[in-house]
Amino acid sequence: MGFVEDTVIISGSQAVFFVGGWIFFVKQLFKNYEVHHLLVQLIFSITFALSCTLFELVIFEIVGVLDSYSRYVYLNIGMYFILFMTIGLIPFYIGYFVVTNLKMVGGKGVQRLLSLIVWFVYLYCFWKVGDPFPIISPRHGTFSMEQAVSRVGVIGVTVMALLSGFGAVNYPYTSMALFIRPVRPGDIQGVEKKLLQTLDMVLVKKRRLVVTSRDTSATRQGFWSILTRSGGSDLGNLREEIASLEELSRHLFLEIAELRNMQERVEWSKTWKGKYFNFLGYFFSLYCTWKIFICTVNIVFDRVGKVDPVTRGLEICVHWMGLDIDVRFWSQHVSFILFEIIERDSSSFGANNGYVLCLFSSSHAYEYAFRIQSDDHGGVRRFAI
Amino acid sequence: MSNYDKVKIVVVGDSGVGKTSAVYLICNNQPLTSTAWTVGASLEVKLHEYKEGTPQQKSYFVDLWDIGGSSSHENTRPVFYNGVNGIILVHDLNNRKSEVNLHRWIMEILNRDSGKGNQSSDEDFDPEQFAGSSHIPIFVIGTKADTGDGVRQRSALSRATSIADECGADEIFINCLDIKAFAPGSTSAVKLSRFFDRVIERRFHPDHSHSYYDRRKLWPQAPRIFSDE
Repeated sequence: MGFVEDTVIISGSQAVFFVGGWIFFVKQLFKNYEVHHLLVQLIFSITFALSCTLFELVIFEIVGVLDSYSRYVYLNIGMYFILFMTIGLIPFYIGYFVVTNLKMVGGKGVQRLLSLIVWFVYLYCFWKVGDPFPIISPRHGTFSMEQAVSRVGVIGVTVMALLSGFGAVNYPYTSMALFIRPVRPGDIQGVEKKLLQTLDMVLVKKRRLVVTSRDTSATRQGFWSILTRSGGSDLGNLREEIASLEELSRHLFLEIAELRNMQERVEWSKTWKGKYFNFLGYFFSLYCTWKIFICTVNIVFDRVGKVDPVTRGLEICVHWMGLDIDVRFWSQHVSFILFEIIERDSSSFGANNGYVLCLFSSSHAYEYAFRIQSDDHGGVRRFAI
Repeated sequence: MSNYDKVKIVVVGDSGVGKTSAVYLICNNQPLTSTAWTVGASLEVKLHEYKEGTPQQKSYFVDLWDIGGSSSHENTRPVFYNGVNGIILVHDLNNRKSEVNLHRWIMEILNRDSGKGNQSSDEDFDPEQFAGSSHIPIFVIGTKADTGDGVRQRSALSRATSIADECGADEIFINCLDIKAFAPGSTSAVKLSRFFDRVIERRFHPDHSHSYYDRRKLWPQAPRIFSDE
């Protein structure tokens, strides 16, 4: 396949991703709002397209489609653009919008200057992140791309790990039948009745308030002012009572919301999807527990694992069950697929946000593929999954 | 305490359009300075003079139930829709989608009346069904008329929005921070008090409600309608 054809394929797929990102933005993220800043939409779609292209290139790398030279060129171009976006454009714009939306005195010039200052602060923090890690090596120099990519990778992996951790804990809690308590319809109706009674009391008091204030404003002559003064403290009492009743009504409303959500979860857990996720919940809980245990053991005993679990599992398959598979070839693919499943499930349940998933999974995927290729980072591979 | 009769009006709309500000302005004639998300419902009462200036003038309590519009509380909201006598729909003039969503709000309120099983919120709004079921009086308020581009304002103010057309409802465009928005005698105040009169009429004097029939509505039961078209 020539370079020109590869260009066409890559450009075509980029256009598809761009349109996909645009549609996602309009239909999902901003379903209920009209977008006034077209620039934001543009930046989002471009970043989305670049991330997906990187992801696509990684897959092509593993599977072996396209010319290796064109892959190299596009990887470089994509990396440069994404770095420009991540380090330059997007933080500057976020800083700019934050500064312009704060209620501060100061013309346009002051705001621009402030957003520049915010951007420099961001750059400084970004640089400092890379200090604890052995990234600087004499071959690469200080301001090279490797520095930036490594830092982005580190931050990306950390954020992914946090999200996955949150998802791993939150997801079994929401979908496993162990945690779902049954709700009787009588419970909900009881609280609803209480809520309506409270609101009735609020209405009675407010009506009294309205009538009293109308009467006092109608008879505001000096002769009656003595009576209105005592009426004033009455009004104050009334207002306090109303405030406390309204607070109570809010609590009751939130209680009803919780009960109804629990009821919906009970119904969902009875469906096939619910049962499937329940089973998945058990599986992933066990897997995560085992991972934590093994990592603790490794750290305590300072062991460096040479082989990751997927490869070991495949080796077991080959030796014990006699299946004839090429371990090196398949371990890469199975690791990749397993990693994708875990990350997708835990992130989508943890972060609940497809945008975050796409943006970070691409940088993580690049990092993971990068690490598979280089053998001297075998120890880190254990943590990458 | 006086024993006036009362009517219940629900104020609904998407989250953040300005329902609480509008209700506060209607009842207290002062703009609301500290806005916060409404959790559940917040209630205000207005003392309204029915048929003001005529010998049949009478005071009524108008209960305005300002219902929080966040989508996460959709399953809990139906508790407020019991015995509704009037609906005020609020949308944001800068955000066209909040106006489009008003159809879903009407469906939500009507579905609650007809039974909880009917969860078809994606259906297109059907004026016939609406007119045939309970024809509760509706009023539409467009808020934030002061912000946003002037073009949008001009085009919005020149013709009624589609939902007001479909329901045959009255509509006003206000700026909730303007203390004179509901000054007595202004168009907004006149339209609002006409709406309150209609609600009270429908609730307490059903034999007097002839004012419906000169509006463009599709009522299969009333043969007079065809001659109006």
